[in-house]
Amino acid sequence: MPEYSFRLNGEATSVEAPEDMPLLWVLRDLLGLTGTKYGCGENVCGSCTVHVDGRAVRACSRRISGVVGSEVTTIEGLSPDGLNALQRAWIEEDVPQCGYCQSGQIMAAAALLESNSDPSDDEIERALARNVCRCGTYQRIRNAVRRVAEEG
Amino acid sequence: MSDTMNVTNMSRRDLVKTLGLAGGFVLGTSIVPSSIRSLGASPRRDRLEPSVYLAIDEEGTVHAYIHRVEMGQGVRTGLTQILADEVEADWDRIHVVPAYGDTKFGSQNTDGSTSIRNFYDAFRTGAATARHMLEDAAAARWGVDRAQVKAENHLVRNVSTGATLDYRELVDDAAALEVPAPDAVRLKTRAEHRYIGHPITNIYSEQFATGTSVFAQDVQREGMLFAVAQRPPDVGGTLAGYDRDAAMAIEGVIDVVELPEMRPGWGFQPLGGVAVIAENTWAALKGRDALNATFTPGPNAGYDTDEYEQSLWRAIDAGGTETFTRGDVEAALASSSRRISSDYFIPHQHHLPMEPPAATAEWQDGKLSIWTCCQDPQAVQNTVAPYVGVEPADIYVEATLLGGAFGRKSKPDFAVEAAILAQHAGRPVKLIWTREDDLHHGFYHAISAQRVEVGLDEAGRITAWDHRAAYPSLMETATGNPTPAATSFEVGLVMQQPFALPNLRIRSGDAPAHVRVGWLRSVTSIQHAFAVGSMIDEIAVETGRDPKDVWSELFGMPPQVAGRERARGEPGPTDAERLDAVYQRVAQMSEYGRELPDRTGIGMAAWRSFGSFTAAALEVHVDEDGNVHVPRAWTAIDCGLAVAPDRVRAQMEGAVVFGLSIALMSELTVKNGAVVEDNFDSYEVCRISDAPDVQVSIFENEHALGGAGEPGVPPVAPALTNGIYAAIGRRIKRLPVADQLKA
Repeated sequence: MPEYSFRLNGEATSVEAPEDMPLLWVLRDLLGLTGTKYGCGENVCGSCTVHVDGRAVRACSRRISGVVGSEVTTIEGLSPDGLNALQRAWIEEDVPQCGYCQSGQIMAAAALLESNSDPSDDEIERALARNVCRCGTYQRIRNAVRRVAEEG
Repeated sequence: MSDTMNVTNMSRRDLVKTLGLAGGFVLGTSIVPSSIRSLGASPRRDRLEPSVYLAIDEEGTVHAYIHRVEMGQGVRTGLTQILADEVEADWDRIHVVPAYGDTKFGSQNTDGSTSIRNFYDAFRTGAATARHMLEDAAAARWGVDRAQVKAENHLVRNVSTGATLDYRELVDDAAALEVPAPDAVRLKTRAEHRYIGHPITNIYSEQFATGTSVFAQDVQREGMLFAVAQRPPDVGGTLAGYDRDAAMAIEGVIDVVELPEMRPGWGFQPLGGVAVIAENTWAALKGRDALNATFTPGPNAGYDTDEYEQSLWRAIDAGGTETFTRGDVEAALASSSRRISSDYFIPHQHHLPMEPPAATAEWQDGKLSIWTCCQDPQAVQNTVAPYVGVEPADIYVEATLLGGAFGRKSKPDFAVEAAILAQHAGRPVKLIWTREDDLHHGFYHAISAQRVEVGLDEAGRITAWDHRAAYPSLMETATGNPTPAATSFEVGLVMQQPFALPNLRIRSGDAPAHVRVGWLRSVTSIQHAFAVGSMIDEIAVETGRDPKDVWSELFGMPPQVAGRERARGEPGPTDAERLDAVYQRVAQMSEYGRELPDRTGIGMAAWRSFGSFTAAALEVHVDEDGNVHVPRAWTAIDCGLAVAPDRVRAQMEGAVVFGLSIALMSELTVKNGAVVEDNFDSYEVCRISDAPDVQVSIFENEHALGGAGEPGVPPVAPALTNGIYAAIGRRIKRLPVADQLKA
């Protein structure tokens, strides 16, 4: 089986995996990082959102062979030294209900804030349009992102 | 509450061991249904089988045995608030123990919005008893009267000297004391509560924000294998053939295992089919594809939801079976000055929890353990046991966090599959359902048709309400017995509303189930609130009145109900004013009647369900292209007391989104016995841009506690369609709205 090397949450990582295995299953099954969630497998729900070279990417739809040499960040590595401002805002707004989609929501929001520190409501909705929350925490998601933007 | 509560100091010898504690003070409380007592069981025997919700160990840590499962409703936070408050705990010295299946806990079926309201008294009494005994122990230590001591935040204080003892220092003495009778224990007053009724951050928020929480899909066991299954497309179909060699040729595939065929009487049984066990999920998925499994159609392979809808209307036309009657509807209709009839339709709906079902099973020395996203660990024990030849009580079932459930995870067919596969593999197996599996093999909310005919007098008042419904019953799932039509339990919700309807009849038309029908958040209130809430609005339009005036006039007690024993679920004496109050509240919050932009309206509705009273007002805008947008919503709930007010608020916010998905876009269809929709792109639910900003008003009063997880949903769909009418004068009678308003 081929071996693939990339950086994961700041550390050099290599895995043996079939070429077509999605990053999602590499993270979850081979590396035991389960913070990135399976929700659809078809790039339509956003639960598996991670960062690849700083951009929000759906791990279910990115083959392992496509991240060779890239910097991959998962929810576990978003803020290794404690909670960052976005995570604190998430707790202060008490956003999650069941919590399952929230890793993906946070990773999508973090990528937005990285490129746009003061997004408009429209920009927030566009950036998070492909992240489904069945519990309906959207209002608090908006509020948490706004809180970070306002706190600068 | 009619249930009897017993509190027992459990012997440390017996219980401390099973609880895995080093030692300490263990206090159990149990709810014993009064029906059991009337069957002759002695109180003494009741005390030998207590439930255990609370234990304090030698470190003084309070272990909260939260026997109900956490699926986003916040119950592990809310029930813990009750215990923490009455035991006077320091919030940081509480350890929450997740639910595991054991009948000693009483019902663990986390369903029907019951966890707080059914266990509030038991949790309070149990925790207050612990506090009382800790106070007694401290009083004895100091040689003072118990009136001289007071428990405060994990300490007992001597009010005369100011001395304090930590709970840690009192546990041994308290554990040796006799348990006081429940009526000797003082519960805190409402004003003394510092957790109950106060917003507390969800105990999992930090885990969720850091990705460290464990759902069933996330369980990892040493040496674990991964599995997926291919199931018959139609309920009752059977496995015909598959290419085992092709699947085994996939790198990482370990085995291919046939699953047992479903037997008559569906219940929670797995559907049959064939599973692939592999070293990782991806290999299992590829192996499943390679199987190329084929199936022999079963008796439901002809099920087609378009055709079935027509059969529902024929059942409506035929009249159906009378399930409830009050007054004389026929006579009242005949003597009315005007009659209005309307038909309403809602297609099958699906739970679509973000986490598809999953279970991990492990056999060790003949003992089975299961970690799964179940709503009822005891149902898992009972459902799995006959398939693997062990007693239910011998299966350890732990509820992980549930990534949403909404009723789907009450039915543990997936846990059976995992248990069978682990038994076969001789290693732990995590069986996951894909999103396609979840959509194709669910327990769907019933497809429903309703016809409501009302008679009005000359003043436009409602004199007769004739309600017909036809939809498949969930009882085959609940009981395993085929049920040819919706039961009084399901259609009776109409008569449970506190409406001044002197003449009311409810009939249910034949509607045999051809897919598994289950309960979905707020259950048949979804369709009945839609029909009732729409008809009230239509009456207003027909009679030229403001909908608010018609609703307000309708809130009242049916005169026949007062003064006699109420039929099951009929409204109580204060229910009309409570429903009226939440309705008037949302009218006020939304500033109903104000000037609104073009093509914009406010729609409102109210509903009584799960012991609570809710109303919704939605500001609805319909653009020139027929797109519906809801920028703002206002909801109100009277559930007596919101023990965890921020979690209740969250449920009400989420309920608006859940209701809007049903009303605006979700539809599950079936062709040739197989569900058509595959994933989030074909079964649509609200996205962030569809979600309004919701303001929630929470009432507090002295009434019995009501539920909070479900009651927010029913008023949303009728409020939306009433709002659409207010905006553009178009009446939506079938959901979802989808593209009905598009040119």
